[in-house]
Amino acid sequence: MKILVAVKRVVDYNVKVRAKADGSGVETANVKMSMNPFDEIAIEEAVRLQEAGKAKEIVAVSLGVAACQDTIRTALAMGADRGILVETDAELQPLAVAKLLKVVVEKEQPDLIILGKQAIDDDANQTGQMLAALLGWSQGTFASKVEIGDGAINVTREVDGGLETVAIKLPAVVTSDLRLNEPRFVKLPNIMKAKKKPLAVLKPAELGVDIAPRLITLKVQEPPKRQAGIKVDTVAILVDKLRNEAHVI
Amino acid sequence: MTAYTAPTRDMQFVIDELAGLADVAALPTFAEQDINLELVEAVLEEAAKLAAEVLAPLNHSGDAQGARLVPDQGVIPADGFADAYRSFVAGGWNGVSSPTEYGGQGLPELVNTAAQEMWNSANMSFALCPLLNAGAIEAISQAGSATQKALYLPKMISGEWTGTMNLTESQAGSDLSAVRSRAVPEGDHYRLFGQKIFITWGEHNMTANTIHLVLARTPNAPEGVKGISLFIVPKFLVNPDGSLGARNDVHAVSIEHKLGIHASPTCVMAFGDGEGAIGELVGEENQGLAYMFIMMNAARFKVGLQGLAIGERAYQAAREYARDRVQGRPIGVRSGDRVTIIHHPDVRRMLLGMKAQNEAMRALAYVVAAHIDLAHDHPDAAIRQRHQARVDLLIPVVKGWCTEIGIEVASLGVQVHGGMGFIEETGACQHLRDSRITTIYEGTTGIQAADLAGRKLNMDKGAAMQALIADMETTVGELGQAAGDDLATIQAALSEGVKALAGATEWILNSRDPNAVMAVSVDYLMLTGYVCGGWQMARAALAAQRKLMIGADPVFHESKLITARYYAEHVLPKAGALLRSVQSGGVSILAMTEEQF
Repeated sequence: MKILVAVKRVVDYNVKVRAKADGSGVETANVKMSMNPFDEIAIEEAVRLQEAGKAKEIVAVSLGVAACQDTIRTALAMGADRGILVETDAELQPLAVAKLLKVVVEKEQPDLIILGKQAIDDDANQTGQMLAALLGWSQGTFASKVEIGDGAINVTREVDGGLETVAIKLPAVVTSDLRLNEPRFVKLPNIMKAKKKPLAVLKPAELGVDIAPRLITLKVQEPPKRQAGIKVDTVAILVDKLRNEAHVI
Repeated sequence: MTAYTAPTRDMQFVIDELAGLADVAALPTFAEQDINLELVEAVLEEAAKLAAEVLAPLNHSGDAQGARLVPDQGVIPADGFADAYRSFVAGGWNGVSSPTEYGGQGLPELVNTAAQEMWNSANMSFALCPLLNAGAIEAISQAGSATQKALYLPKMISGEWTGTMNLTESQAGSDLSAVRSRAVPEGDHYRLFGQKIFITWGEHNMTANTIHLVLARTPNAPEGVKGISLFIVPKFLVNPDGSLGARNDVHAVSIEHKLGIHASPTCVMAFGDGEGAIGELVGEENQGLAYMFIMMNAARFKVGLQGLAIGERAYQAAREYARDRVQGRPIGVRSGDRVTIIHHPDVRRMLLGMKAQNEAMRALAYVVAAHIDLAHDHPDAAIRQRHQARVDLLIPVVKGWCTEIGIEVASLGVQVHGGMGFIEETGACQHLRDSRITTIYEGTTGIQAADLAGRKLNMDKGAAMQALIADMETTVGELGQAAGDDLATIQAALSEGVKALAGATEWILNSRDPNAVMAVSVDYLMLTGYVCGGWQMARAALAAQRKLMIGADPVFHESKLITARYYAEHVLPKAGALLRSVQSGGVSILAMTEEQF
C-alpha cells in the first residue's frame, strides 16, 4: 500500500501569534515555523503502518513557499520515503489545496491519504473533506484509531457523544485527531538520511490548477485585552451586569 | 518550576555569524555530511525537543530524589532517568561528533557543542553520564589499540555501554602524581587494586556494562607523574566477540551526599577487594597521565559549557518569574496598578547581566569549538597548529571563566526570585547548588589559572596570547569604521579591555617570581575571560548591525546590540580593575604568614 501524507508549514505552536499592524494577516516574518502538529500525527501514523508491514511507501506532500522544504525534510526524518513540494508564494485556501492535492494524487495513485484534521493557523478543518469529495473517495475524519483490513479500513472517530467506528473502502482519505498517536522524537541519524531522500518540486501552473482565493480576508485583529474583574455587592447587580453589560443572559 | 526552551535562535546566530559554520563545513572531513545552516537548524530543533520534553522535566525530581546505592543491586538512578537515557541513545545523540567509522554521526564539534549546552541546561546530572563517557571514548580513541577500539568504541559511542574516568584518590586530587592504585601484570592482562573517589556515574544500571578508565601504578614504576599508567577495567569482562563475561572485581562501595547534582551518582569505587580487578593496559606503561591530558582538555571544555548551560537555565527561570511576579509600582509612581518586577531597573540590571554574560560565554565557547574542529581536521598542518594553539590557550579560560560566571549568573537567578529563590520549590536554588561543582571538578579554577598563566603563556613566550590580542585589535579597528552610538561605545570599552589584557600579559611574562604570578593568576584568567567575552559580544554587535541594515529579524538583532552594549558598559570595565590587581603582584597575598590567617 502507498500512503500520501499532506504536511503544512505553520507558525510553531509555542509562538504567541500576533496580528500584523495593518490587519492584513498574522505576522510570520522572523517567527519560528514548524510542521502543523496534526500533520505530525498523520506522518507518525503512516510510519507506524509502514513499520507494521502494512504500507510500502510514504510520500509527504507540502504546498506553499520554498521554505516548506524544511517541513518536508522533517517528515522525511520521521520516516517518509520521499517528498513533493508544490511551490508557490501565493495564498492557498483549503479548496485550492484540495484541488492541487487531487492532481498530485492522480499522478501518485496512493491507496490512502492521511492529513491532519485541521491546521493550527487557520483552523479551517476543510481540506481533507474537500479532497475526498473531489476524488470521490471514502473519508474517515477525526481519526483516533486506524485499523487496516483487506481493501477497507476501520476508522474510529472522535465525535461529540463518544467514539464512532466506521468501516470505509480503500482508497480513502483519513484525517488525524490529537489522540491518534504520539509522534516520535526524530533520531539524529534519520535527520542526516533525510537530506539524501528525493524531494520533487512542482508549480501549480504545471498541475493545471487555478489557485486563486475564493474568500477575501477583511481584517485580522488580536482578541480584545481582558479587563480587570470587579466585585459586586448583590445578586441583583450581578444579574443586571450580566444582562446589560456582558450581554450573556 | 519553569520549562526549558533551548535558545536555538542565539545558537544559530553564534554558530553562523561568530564561530564560522561555513569554514567548518568546508573541511574535507565533513564533505559527505554536506553540512549547512538548514541541517544544523534541523539537528538543533530535534535536540531541543528531547532536551525540553524528556530531560528537563526530570531535573527537579531527580534533584529531590537523588541516586541511591542499594546493597546487592548497585546504584539505582532517580526515577525516569533510565527511560530518558534510552530515548537519548535511541535518538543517536550520544555520538553526535563521534567518527562514523564507529557508528557516530561525524558532525562537527561545533554542532555537538550546542547539543551539549542543551543537555546540560535541561538536566546537568543526566548530562554528566554521556559527558564522562565521551571522555573515556576520547582516551580509547587516542591511545587504545586497534583491538580495543573495535571492541569498546562502537558500544560506548552508541551509548549501549557507558564509560567513566577513575583518576582521583583521597590523597591524589589536584595532584595526580600521588596516585597509589596498583596494577599487577598477570599473563596478558593486569590485576588492579585500590580505591578511587569522586567517580561520576561510576556505577548504575542504565546500561548492560560500564567501561572504567583507571589510573594506576605498575610494580617498579617511577615515582610521581612519570609512573602512572592507564587501564581499561570493564564492570563485566568483555569476550573477544563483544559478548559479556564474568562480573569484574570492581564495585561502588558508597555514593556521596553532595551540595548539588544529586541525581548524578558520585561513587567511591573499590578495585580488587577480592582477587583483583582485571584490566588491560591502554597504550604504553607510564604514559597514563599524558593520555589523560588529551581527554582532560575535552572534558574541561565541556565543563566550561556547563557554566553557560546552568546560566542559561537560571536566566530563563528568572526571566519568567520577573515577568509574572507583581510587586510595587514603577519608580516615582505613587498610585495605580502595581507592576511585574521586570519593570524595576534593578531587576532589569540583574536579568541583563545574566543574559549578556550567557551570550558572551556562548559566543566564546562556540568559537573555541570551531577552532577545535579546524585544529583537528584542517588539511594544512600549519593552519591546524595555529588553531590548536588558540584551543590550548582558551580551554582554561572557557573552563575557568565560564564556570565562575555560571555560578554568578545562577546566584543572580536566585536574587531575582527574592525570597522565593531561597525556597526549593521554584528550582532557582537547584541551579545555584548544581553550578557550584563546576569550578571544582576537572581542575579547579586555581588549576585552570595556573595552566593559563604558568604553562600556556610560558610554552610559547606568550605568542598565542599575542595572536589573540592582535585579532581583538582587528575587531576594535572594525568597530571604529562602523556607524552608530552603540558600536562607538562598544569600541571604546573593548579597546580599554584589550589594553588591560595586553598589560596584564606583559606583567606576567616579565615577572620573575612564579609565586607572585600564581597569586594573581585567577585575576588574570578572569580578566582574559571578560575581555574574550567582550570581544565576542563586539563581533556579535557588528554582525547584528550588518543584519539590521538589510532589515533581517529586527527584534533579535536589536536585542543583540543592546545586550552587547550592556556588556561593554557594565561587564567589560571589570578588566581594568583586574589589571590593577594583577599588577599589584600579590604582595599582600604572599606577605601574610600562616599564623596570621
